[in-house]
Amino acid sequence: MTTPQPSAAAAPRPAPPRARRSRRSWTGWGFLGPFVAVFALVFLAPIAYSVYLSLFRDQLIGGTTFVGLDNYAQALRDDRFWAALGRVSLFLAVQVPVMLGIALLVALALDSGRLYGRDFFRISIFLPYAVPAVVATLMWGFMYGTRFGLVGDINGAFGVSLPDPLSPDLVLASIGNIVTWEFVGYNMLIFYSALRVIPHSLYEAAQIDGAGQIRVITAIKLPAIRGALVIATIFSIIGSFQLFNEPSILQPLAPNAITTDYTPNFYTYSLSFNGQQHNYSATVAIVMGLITMVIAYVVQLRGMRKGV
Amino acid sequence: MTSPVVTVSDRGAAKAAGTPGSPPPRLRTPRRRHSADKPRRSVWLTLLTSLVLLYSLVPLIWLAVSATKTQEGLSRSFGLWFDGDFALWENIGQTFTYDDGVFTRWLLNTLLYVGLGAGGATFLAVLGGYALAKFDFPGRRAVFAVVIGAVAVPGTALAVPTFLMFSKMGLTNTPWAVIVPSLISPFGLYLMWVFASEAIPTELMEAARIDGAGEVRTFFRVALPLLAPGIVTVLLFTMVATWNNYFLPLVMLKDPDWYPLTLGLNSWNAQAATAGGEAVFNLVVTGSLVTILPLIAAFLLLQRYWRSGLAAGSVKE
Repeated sequence: MTTPQPSAAAAPRPAPPRARRSRRSWTGWGFLGPFVAVFALVFLAPIAYSVYLSLFRDQLIGGTTFVGLDNYAQALRDDRFWAALGRVSLFLAVQVPVMLGIALLVALALDSGRLYGRDFFRISIFLPYAVPAVVATLMWGFMYGTRFGLVGDINGAFGVSLPDPLSPDLVLASIGNIVTWEFVGYNMLIFYSALRVIPHSLYEAAQIDGAGQIRVITAIKLPAIRGALVIATIFSIIGSFQLFNEPSILQPLAPNAITTDYTPNFYTYSLSFNGQQHNYSATVAIVMGLITMVIAYVVQLRGMRKGV
Repeated sequence: MTSPVVTVSDRGAAKAAGTPGSPPPRLRTPRRRHSADKPRRSVWLTLLTSLVLLYSLVPLIWLAVSATKTQEGLSRSFGLWFDGDFALWENIGQTFTYDDGVFTRWLLNTLLYVGLGAGGATFLAVLGGYALAKFDFPGRRAVFAVVIGAVAVPGTALAVPTFLMFSKMGLTNTPWAVIVPSLISPFGLYLMWVFASEAIPTELMEAARIDGAGEVRTFFRVALPLLAPGIVTVLLFTMVATWNNYFLPLVMLKDPDWYPLTLGLNSWNAQAATAGGEAVFNLVVTGSLVTILPLIAAFLLLQRYWRSGLAAGSVKE
């Protein structure tokens, strides 16, 4: 360890603060500068560039022309875009509460100290987070198989015919299951870490007041981790709106159920790389980014105000 | 999986002498701590939580079991049990040699992207988080607002414009197109900022300065050791992000020679659907297992370090 010598710690408190602050003021940039430089290149420049792109249209004849906000008007009237947005909204409304609910219950169970083998639970439930979305989707895709997969095994073993998880009716729920599997443990860990730092004197005080487990949870634990709950919700909303990997990897298995405009992101990707409509694709991405930010912001405001 | 090893590691001072199945005897005289700190263990709560545990582990068990099967074995045997012929070693051998050992190439690519991308992202986040936590400088609040706002920008929405920009710059289809965007982790910066504000006493930095240490020296000799748990945490999370990245390389890379593992595995899987393509599902499964093992190992080995870093990160919002 490189701790400073005791003499240093004991040195008299020196120098007027004002002199030091002025010296500090630019050194901070020395440390932050590299981050900001790369950030400008990979975040700010692409955003600016896509705004620029969204104002033009690439005609087959006549090349690229300035069209103002025409692309945005087109996006607002685009049924395929709205259908995709509706799909991820439905996904969001069902999958996120289920996932965060399970994660919260497990985190509370771990934190209660009433589980046998707590550490084993914590680590094992977290493990799927380390699995790439590609591998998770391939794996679940195999298992969903009604002919060779686990679903098929169960059908064969019990002589039943479970519905096909990859049919158009069920595929959204099947994707929801994959995403839930991937991120339950991650969210559980966020909640659990937040629960661990609650001062224990609060529990003792509650106990003296005669509060039961449930009361401790609703009156102390949940309010104390509200910040973590809001952050997890916002990340989940952003994740749902960005949904791309799982549907795109499952698509070959369920070509009739998953179209290339299945989610807004999938649509953006298809527009750009299959349709060569870069300008319109940039527009859709911007609209989607704005919607995401607005919703994330509203959730943050509401989440921080509610409760207590 | 066999029965979990019960590691009774309680935060209290006394050792709990509980055996699974029977509630721990409450023999010792309760010291200062009350039962809020040492509650009775509950069998039914453990069973209930085991449902989530099963949900998390069964697919991984399926993967491990399936990696031992041949292509025919995959379809003829029950998913969660072994097939007659145990083909794990053949599968691993084939995975690394199939198609002139392209899997090895993908593995090396992934290591390159993770090394430079996650390593660089962590380095930038540590420097930046340290600056935000410990220095007062013009524009500090503005930078923070912009970077935190950027967390809400869908990374996938950025990929297409970044691709167009990079293709103008001639960077697409090179490793740089994957590495450079990986260098920024707003979440890592945020985590480091929270961690640094708590872990580094300002007095210590001042003491080092009085001793004549420059800013760089203060950072490396005083701050960096104190930041270690936070650094491990950020490194693990950026590692997962780059190791698991799929969308960015999908957009940026055309040449399979530069693919990371994720993209390569998916191309093996898709190969069966193309006309004349050979189905290599056993290699997809075994390759998947090989792909996830390093990350799982990293999380298990480093868990005591990253956990303390994460706890600090979740204190504030």
